[in-house]
Amino acid sequence: MSGIKNTHKISAFDVIKIRNDFPVLRQKIYGKPLIYFDNAATTQKPRVVIETVSKLYSEYNSSVHRGAHYLSDQMTEMYELARQKIQNYLNARYSHEIIFTKGTTDSINAVAYSFGELCVKESDEIIVSEMEHHSNIVPWQIMTKRKGAKLRVIPINDKGELLLDEYKKLINSKTKLVAIVHVSNSLGTINPVKKIVAIAHENNIPVLIDGTQAIQHAIIDVQDMDCDFYAFSGHKIYGPTGTGILYGKERWLQEMPPYQGGGDMIERVTFEHTTYDELPFKFEAGTPNYIGAIGLGAALDYLTGIGLRNIHNYEKKLLDYGTEKLLALNGLKIYGMAKNKTCIFSFLLNDIPPYDTGIILDKMSIAVRTGHHCTQPLWSYYKVEGSVRASLAFYNTFEEIDYFCEALKKIQKMFK
Amino acid sequence: MTIQEIQEEIIKDFEKLNNELEKYNYLIRLGRNLKPIDPKYKTDDYLIKGCQVSTWYHSEYKEGKIFYEIDSLSPITRGFISLLLRVCSAQKPEDIKNTKFYFIDKIGFKNQFSPLKDNSLFKLINKMKADAVF
Repeated sequence: MSGIKNTHKISAFDVIKIRNDFPVLRQKIYGKPLIYFDNAATTQKPRVVIETVSKLYSEYNSSVHRGAHYLSDQMTEMYELARQKIQNYLNARYSHEIIFTKGTTDSINAVAYSFGELCVKESDEIIVSEMEHHSNIVPWQIMTKRKGAKLRVIPINDKGELLLDEYKKLINSKTKLVAIVHVSNSLGTINPVKKIVAIAHENNIPVLIDGTQAIQHAIIDVQDMDCDFYAFSGHKIYGPTGTGILYGKERWLQEMPPYQGGGDMIERVTFEHTTYDELPFKFEAGTPNYIGAIGLGAALDYLTGIGLRNIHNYEKKLLDYGTEKLLALNGLKIYGMAKNKTCIFSFLLNDIPPYDTGIILDKMSIAVRTGHHCTQPLWSYYKVEGSVRASLAFYNTFEEIDYFCEALKKIQKMFK
Repeated sequence: MTIQEIQEEIIKDFEKLNNELEKYNYLIRLGRNLKPIDPKYKTDDYLIKGCQVSTWYHSEYKEGKIFYEIDSLSPITRGFISLLLRVCSAQKPEDIKNTKFYFIDKIGFKNQFSPLKDNSLFKLINKMKADAVF
C-alpha cells in the first residue's frame, strides 16, 4: 500500500499549491475558470483521495472481514486502519466507537431508531433547534410519532444564534435526548456545543451533535466536547460520497439495539434467535463501503498534513473579507451574522429570487446553491423562502470573492 | 400563426444572441413585459406546488381555444412563461396536446425544463398540456 500513502505536507498555507491538489478546480465553465462556492453541499476531492479509491479498486478490491485470502486480509487491515484514523481525528476513546455509515442522515436515523427503541416512551421529549437540517428533524419526528413522544425546539435570534436560556427552559424530566447541529448549513453559525452538552449532562440527558458542517472547518475532540453521539458525512470533508461516521460513546452503543439486520453484524443466527457481533460490527450490517472508508481516511490524512489550525485561520480570513465585501453591496442582506460562524454567506440580493441569482451566477461560472438548503423551518423564522448560499472552503481565494462580488453587481444591473 | 411557425420564430430570435448571459438578459426583458396574472388567481389554490419559485397558473377554454394566465415571482421564469404563452395561448387544445416543444432544446434551455429541476417549468408544461383536453 505504500503507493497510495499520503505524503502531502505543507509547512505554510499555500492556496495555489492546495488548488493544484484538486483536479476539478482546473476546469472552465462557459469559458471561464470555475469558482466553486458550493462546498456546504459537497466538497471537491484532492488527488490523493481519487488515487486511493482508484488504486484500491485496481489492485486490492476484496470484501472485508470474512475472506480467507490475501486480498481480503489486506483490505480488512486497511479498513480497520481507516477506522483508527477517524478515531484519532475525533479523539474518540476507542476505535469501536466509530461506526461507518452512508452519511450523516444515515447516522442520525440509526440513533433515532436505536436510541428510540432503548430509551423513548410515550410523552417523552426530544430537543432539537430551529436551525436544524431536515436530517436532524425528520428522523426524530418519525421516531417520536412511533413512540407517542414530542419534539421540542430551541428558538434562535435574528443573528442566527441559539437562545440558550430558552434551551434551559425546555429541559425537563421528560427530555430524553438533545440533538443539535454543530454548524448551521444555512447560516454558518457555530453553536456552543460544549456548553449545550454540559447543560444537558447536568440533567443526565445525552446529546447528539450533527457535525456535518463543522468537521471540515474545526478541530473536533469528542472527549473534550463530551457529546454522546457525533455524526458527519465523508463527502463534506473532501472524502468519497456514500461514506459517513457515527461516533457513539461505548456505553450507549453497547446498550442500543442494532437498527439494521443482515450479514457481518451477527455472532450466531438460528431461526429461533440471533445474537449480535461486538462493537462496532453490530451496527454495520451488510458489506460496508470499505473503499469509501479508506478514501475517507486518506482525506483526513491530507487535511492533517495541511493542518486544521491553518485551514481554520485561512477560512476565517476569507469569512471576514467576504463579509465586508458583501455588506458593501447596496441591497444585499446576509442571513446569519452570528459572532462565531464558518465561511458561509447566505443572502438575498435586493428582491431578486435566489433561484434567478443562482442561474445567472452559474452563467458567470460561479457555483452556489439556492433555495431552502433543507432547513425550511429556519427560513420560516426569517419569513423568506430561502437564500443564495455561497459556502467557501480552504481552496477558495480572495480573488474569487472579488469576482463574485463583481458578478453580483452585474446581476443587480440586469434585474434593475 | 401555427405553433410550429411561432417556435421557428423564437429560435430565430435567440440565434441573434451571442452567449448565455445575453439569452438570460433577453428572458428577463421578456418577463418584464409579461401581463401580470389576474389577482384573483394569485392565491395558494393556483400555485404550482413543490417548486422553489412561486408560480401561479390558470387556464380557460373559450370559443374552441385555450387561454392561459401564468405568473411567477421569478423574472427569469416570467421570461420562460412569456415564451410558452407566445407558443400556446389562443391555440386549439388538440394542437397544444400534440405539440412537441422543440424550441426549448433549440434555444439551449433543455436543462431548465428538466423534471429534476424544482423551478416549476417542467410541471408548468405538463399542466398546460394536461389542460388541453376540452
